[in-house]
Amino acid sequence: MNLNEVIELVDGITLTTDANLNINIQGGYGADLMSDVLAASQPNAVLLTGLTNPQVVRTAQMADFRAIIFVRGKQPQPETLELANEENMPLITSPLGMFELCGRLHKAGLPSFESNVS
Amino acid sequence: MSPNRIRTEQEIHGRRGRPITDQDAHEINRVEELSYDLKIHEVMSKNLHTASPDISLSDVLKILRVNRISGVPVVEDEKLVGVISIEDIVRALQNNDLTETVGQYMTRELVTVSNFESIVKAMQTFAEKHVGRLPVVNEEKKLVGMITKGDITRGILVALQKDYKEEEVRRYRASHLFEDIISDRTTLVLRYNIKAQNFTLGGTASSNIKRALLRLGADAQIARRCGIAVYEAEMNLIIHTTRGGILKLEVEPHRITMSTTDDGPGIPDVHQVLQPGYSTATDQVREMGFGAGMGLVNIKRCVDSMELESTVGKGTKLIMRIHVPAENFNGRKEG
Repeated sequence: MNLNEVIELVDGITLTTDANLNINIQGGYGADLMSDVLAASQPNAVLLTGLTNPQVVRTAQMADFRAIIFVRGKQPQPETLELANEENMPLITSPLGMFELCGRLHKAGLPSFESNVS
Repeated sequence: MSPNRIRTEQEIHGRRGRPITDQDAHEINRVEELSYDLKIHEVMSKNLHTASPDISLSDVLKILRVNRISGVPVVEDEKLVGVISIEDIVRALQNNDLTETVGQYMTRELVTVSNFESIVKAMQTFAEKHVGRLPVVNEEKKLVGMITKGDITRGILVALQKDYKEEEVRRYRASHLFEDIISDRTTLVLRYNIKAQNFTLGGTASSNIKRALLRLGADAQIARRCGIAVYEAEMNLIIHTTRGGILKLEVEPHRITMSTTDDGPGIPDVHQVLQPGYSTATDQVREMGFGAGMGLVNIKRCVDSMELESTVGKGTKLIMRIHVPAENFNGRKEG
């Protein structure tokens, strides 16, 4: 699914100015615990989260996420936005809550990129 | 969008009959960029064939045929007065008029572009005016060249080729490092000083390490595993140490070793910290999404071997190793 399509589905507003939005998103992952994100995600997904500190961008970068969507209309800290622009990581804010966000994207055909950790 | 709507071919396969990858997106953007960067005078043909209004159409036909072009600008007293093209000649043929002069059949409605405009301007003009070639004029409105869609395509291809070569050269330098340097054992060592409690900068070193590995030719999966392991380790230095520590990356053709060393406070029970969920992190750290007691567990999952040694009051050393298959880093197996 193209990121532009994802943004439209979640009524998202793009916050980064430089990052490329014409990219392919293969799946989704939602979490507020960065360790979970690092442990159980697959590459090339979009990250849905309620955390807004710079570590979210770093985590997404390390785990090969393609974009980050903040839930419930959250605005990132200025350092987060700055880092995202530097690292070409698209940041999007959506007025929807985590459950609604996951539901909409899943319903539209975006698979869960949460891998089984045992 | 209704989930049951049948997606169009374009949506499924992108514009080249397959899903658009990042690489495609990058190239599409580069072409768009180039259409603004490249100026008309850089791609136009300057080797000008012109006709004067009083020569016959059969003479023009000869010029077109000999030079394998489909139209020429018409110039009178060094001034551009029109364009004569195959289409005009076809009109003349219909009237059996090939002996007539250029002046009778040429297109007088002059559409020109300026030599210092971007090629995107020429592309727009082609589309708007439904023409296939445009005379190019300078500031004094003097004819300096002709531009066709073919010139634009060629110009973009040449520019992309140049980009590609530069990128190749850049990549070659790094990824052939281990092939070019002959020794019994080559190791590239990168060291980073990590400050304690500096959460804002947390991950910068890991990010640089991941980038370096990709530059050196590591495949995406190995770079990701190293990135995640080293990031957890870097965050541990920031969160738990008294005075920070050193993060070190050692790259060998067959193996990547990452390690952290610090001088305190040390871990009383190393078996305990390896239990999933065991954590001593503060609320501040937890609020940032860390400190769930999964860091070391996570590292262990990402690397092939992990060693943790610690002495209370002295410090902790964490060593993480990943074996690299031979095709990465163009690595030669040690005999």
